[in-house]
Amino acid sequence: MADHAHKLEILRGLVKFKSNTQKIWGVLILLSIITTVEVAFGIVKPDWGRTPLLGMKLINWIFIILTIVKAYYITWDFMHMRDETKALRRMVVWTAIFLICYLLYILLVEGGYVFDVYDQEYIKRDF
Amino acid sequence: MDNTVVSTGTEGKTWGGGNQPLKSSYGKMMMWFFIVSDALTFSGSLAAYGFSRFKFIDAWPIADEVFTHIPFYHEPAPMIYVAFMTFVLIMSSVTMVLAVDAGHELKKNKVIVYMFLTIIGGLIFVGSQAWEWATFIKGDYGAVQTKGGNILQFGEYVEKDGEQVFKRVALRDFAEAEHTDRVQHESKTGIWFTSEGSLPSFTVEEVLHGLEANTDILVRTQLINEDGEKTVLSRSESVKQIKDNGKLVVEGANLQVNEYGTPLFADFFFFITGFHGFHVFSGVVINIIIFFNVIIGTYERRKNYEMVEKVGLYWHFVDLVWVFVFTFFYLV
Repeated sequence: MADHAHKLEILRGLVKFKSNTQKIWGVLILLSIITTVEVAFGIVKPDWGRTPLLGMKLINWIFIILTIVKAYYITWDFMHMRDETKALRRMVVWTAIFLICYLLYILLVEGGYVFDVYDQEYIKRDF
Repeated sequence: MDNTVVSTGTEGKTWGGGNQPLKSSYGKMMMWFFIVSDALTFSGSLAAYGFSRFKFIDAWPIADEVFTHIPFYHEPAPMIYVAFMTFVLIMSSVTMVLAVDAGHELKKNKVIVYMFLTIIGGLIFVGSQAWEWATFIKGDYGAVQTKGGNILQFGEYVEKDGEQVFKRVALRDFAEAEHTDRVQHESKTGIWFTSEGSLPSFTVEEVLHGLEANTDILVRTQLINEDGEKTVLSRSESVKQIKDNGKLVVEGANLQVNEYGTPLFADFFFFITGFHGFHVFSGVVINIIIFFNVIIGTYERRKNYEMVEKVGLYWHFVDLVWVFVFTFFYLV
């Protein structure tokens, strides 16, 4: 462990910490804020959140984006992905993201199609 | 056997071997690749959940009405308890990364303290998960399942802050207990290889009679209307539905029936949170092993705390998965 030089900037250099310990607490505060916002939206359920957007409710897109932001900071700062080489980072992240997007696309399109069949065609599951 | 290694003339060059392009140890790299494959397993489960949900997009249970409990507090309060669980897991991730950081600086006592806190956080989380399961299995209001497998729930309109609000009513508050001869089927009577679990507290007839006697109570179906709420039937339609289609009284949730809606919701909940809980549990066990290794000074003698870093990666991954489970089961 001779070289444990950590990169100490988050938010594209907007916040720069003095030590790694300080960065950890900073990231905790960021994650807590995001979780609080999510929970607040989950309890209040604002009316504008039901606006449909790209096949889902607007609020659901907000939840998913906030979740990905959280996942980014957990991976980059808690798992030290920020300090790994570019090659290792891409092997792990790109592989996973590509396969997950592919799987989600196929299954969700299929699920929506099955719904339409029950909804509009002559096949019923409930008598 | 004297010379199987052929000199290739690449010694000392890039292809001669011995260099580490990823600047990462074997163990850490393999932990990363294990995490990728485990992430794909979880994505497969969550994508299947998404498939089922899109298939029943107009009739999926609303999570805020399912997970409303807090220990020792009896008013419905959605989100609060699961937010607490999320925070506990993020906190234990923080103590884990602090342990890794202390390990880099070879501070044994700090590593011990932070590892201990991480283990406690993990145990609190698994305990909360078990409590959440127990509450979900027990159920709270009860419902009637129709011949088509749909769930009919009960409630009445009450005045709250000058507005008419639909308030759920539990079966036990209106169903009329009658004398019946319905006995539990055991394998010793009749077909030897079948038996049934415990009977629900009421029969469909008792629920129907209770519904007829209490004129305020209405039936709510699974279907979600434009306001994002479940459809409430008129009084006459309510009685007709129970009379014509009611087949089974359902209390709580298990792998076959679910009083909150489609049984698939319960199946995926048990499978995905169970698989995640199993990961947390095994993470705690691995953490405990490493914790004792730290105490007896294994890594101190090695002058290298990389094992702490490797279990740390696994522990953070468990937190990472929870972030997604939290979103897709409780928020979306």
